[in-house]
Amino acid sequence: MNDIPLNSGPNSYRTQPDERGHFGDFGGRYVAETLMPLILDLEREYRAAQADPAFTAQFDDLLEHYVGRPSPLYFAERLTEELGGAQVWFKRDELNHTGAHKINNCIGQILLAMRMGKTRIIAETGAGQHGVATATVCARFGLPCVIYMGAEDVKRQSPNVFRMKLLGAEVVPVTSGGATLKDAMNEGLRDWVANVHDTFYIIGTAAGPHPYPEMVRNFQSVIGTEARAQMLDRVGRLPDLLVACIGGGSNALGLFHPFLDDADVKMLGVEAAGHGLDGDEHAASLLGGAPGVLHGNKTYLLQDEDGQITEGHSISAGLDYPGIGPEHAWLKESGRVEYTAVTDDEALEGFQLLCRTEGIIPALEPSHALAAVAERAKAMSEDQIILMNLCGRGDKDIFTVAEKLGVEM
Amino acid sequence: MTRLQTAFSKPHPAFVAFITAGDGDTAANLDALAAGGADVIELGMPFTDPMADGPAIQSANLRSLGAGTTTVDVLQIATDFRARHPDIPLILMGYANPMIRRGPEWFADAASKAGVDGVICVDIPPEEDQALGPALRAASIAPIRLATPTTDAARLPQVLEGSGGFLYYVSVAGITGKQQAATASIESAVAALKAATDLPVAVGFGVRTPEQAAAIAAVADGVVVGSALVELVGEYGLEAPAKLQELTTAMVSAIKEAKNSARA
Repeated sequence: MNDIPLNSGPNSYRTQPDERGHFGDFGGRYVAETLMPLILDLEREYRAAQADPAFTAQFDDLLEHYVGRPSPLYFAERLTEELGGAQVWFKRDELNHTGAHKINNCIGQILLAMRMGKTRIIAETGAGQHGVATATVCARFGLPCVIYMGAEDVKRQSPNVFRMKLLGAEVVPVTSGGATLKDAMNEGLRDWVANVHDTFYIIGTAAGPHPYPEMVRNFQSVIGTEARAQMLDRVGRLPDLLVACIGGGSNALGLFHPFLDDADVKMLGVEAAGHGLDGDEHAASLLGGAPGVLHGNKTYLLQDEDGQITEGHSISAGLDYPGIGPEHAWLKESGRVEYTAVTDDEALEGFQLLCRTEGIIPALEPSHALAAVAERAKAMSEDQIILMNLCGRGDKDIFTVAEKLGVEM
Repeated sequence: MTRLQTAFSKPHPAFVAFITAGDGDTAANLDALAAGGADVIELGMPFTDPMADGPAIQSANLRSLGAGTTTVDVLQIATDFRARHPDIPLILMGYANPMIRRGPEWFADAASKAGVDGVICVDIPPEEDQALGPALRAASIAPIRLATPTTDAARLPQVLEGSGGFLYYVSVAGITGKQQAATASIESAVAALKAATDLPVAVGFGVRTPEQAAAIAAVADGVVVGSALVELVGEYGLEAPAKLQELTTAMVSAIKEAKNSARA
């Protein structure tokens, strides 16, 4: 299938990756030999779990009764009026237990960990949302949990550090490198390589070595699967445009993937442009980076001419990872999904717009998507529909926003 | 014979010494390793995200990058080393991204021109060989692979396929510079590897003292030491060469005696 010209498109956009974990030229399994047998074992176990109705049933049951799914599909009436264009609808994944989409994936991975007989869980976290979600499922299933978090992020995100500790997790501040998310992921991989016999690494986004990108996407696809059915049920047709923010890209893939073969549904992924794409202070791997290899996969990275990884910047700590899931790299090159970027200031405006018009305080991550929605909606007609994934609530961000707005708390 | 074959054909097991390029006075450090009797030299290419390394080599990477070391600098260090030491095999060791950034062919060609004999890329397993392996082999540079305690018999042929130079056995499942595995488990692992390949087998990860090196030399074709040397560079900076030569001399001496007594 690789010899099909990009401009004609493959027969289906939903059959990636190939059996070696490649999404076109991207993805793969770029890990040290010590981890390779474990990665292969993980893939075998995941395939077996996929084929086991009992696994799926337990996953679905927990999503319904513990996470609170299905999340609502909501027509944002006042926002739509204010923008004066396309109808804006939200998939309300900020209403999930723990307040973001991250929990969907954590439920799936911890069930797999227990199925594999692993007795210890590790994870990395940037802003702390994935750390909280991981600590949550570990508490729920009584497994010890170590969360690696950059020392800088520990300082910036103290409420989430406390949440993780309340849930029984050990939070390890990582001081190596730049002491942020990518360094936390390095430390997670170092722990894993030394403890492969009993430890399961719950990666938080649709990145890392195969099968993680596929596995995380599949666990998160509940978002798009629900939304697609809800849309057909409520309005009798599919949306014209899907919009989601992108750090590593798991919430966007979760929404997009079930729609990828619906040719009339356009898709827009929104990266963090930080202080602007013309400088160095952004986190837009696709629009401002180049292909390379990091953390087990080939994908777009923020890097210099020697292949050294550079630090991402965004007002949103959940978006400042210097890479992106490999499936997004492929979807960009295949042309199926359009990607854009939104600055810190534009995201702040999106944040305030939603607070004011809908009584919803969004996280700063989907505030980037909101800024893009505001722009696109105005250029579309009133009978068109935009569906955005509102992937997280903003309680965690009010201190950052207050500081940016010059408010003393 | 290639330089690597010659190094592994000596009457004693090879001492393989690792330091990070651009950390301290690298030319003087390399000369000290050579003067101490190192049989093979691994030159670490600094990377911002050395996922398989412990604190000692992580710090060396950051010191090097902090000093502004570029890929061109690393290749120049190799070129100059080759001019001074025409016979000692030189291996570049590092991570995939700096090696493939300008394309694998560019890197293989530049390394070949610099007189590099082999390349160890930590995060390109055999499954992803196409990312670098074909370019290295076309440039007659040995792609040196790692085998680990988790590499089972079923997987080993895949690791050996397309590899060259020597086989690097990572004695512990973990990162560099940590604890060493028990000698007995190393002995049986090396025996299993040697039954599957004609390549020499060198053992590394966690080897810090001449005594440990001697114990490994009794059962393997080579002993790799990295973190213990890199720590000397970190501690002594520009004064490191004398310390590096001292430790190398002690390691080489212990290795030679070990094999002699084992053979007596």
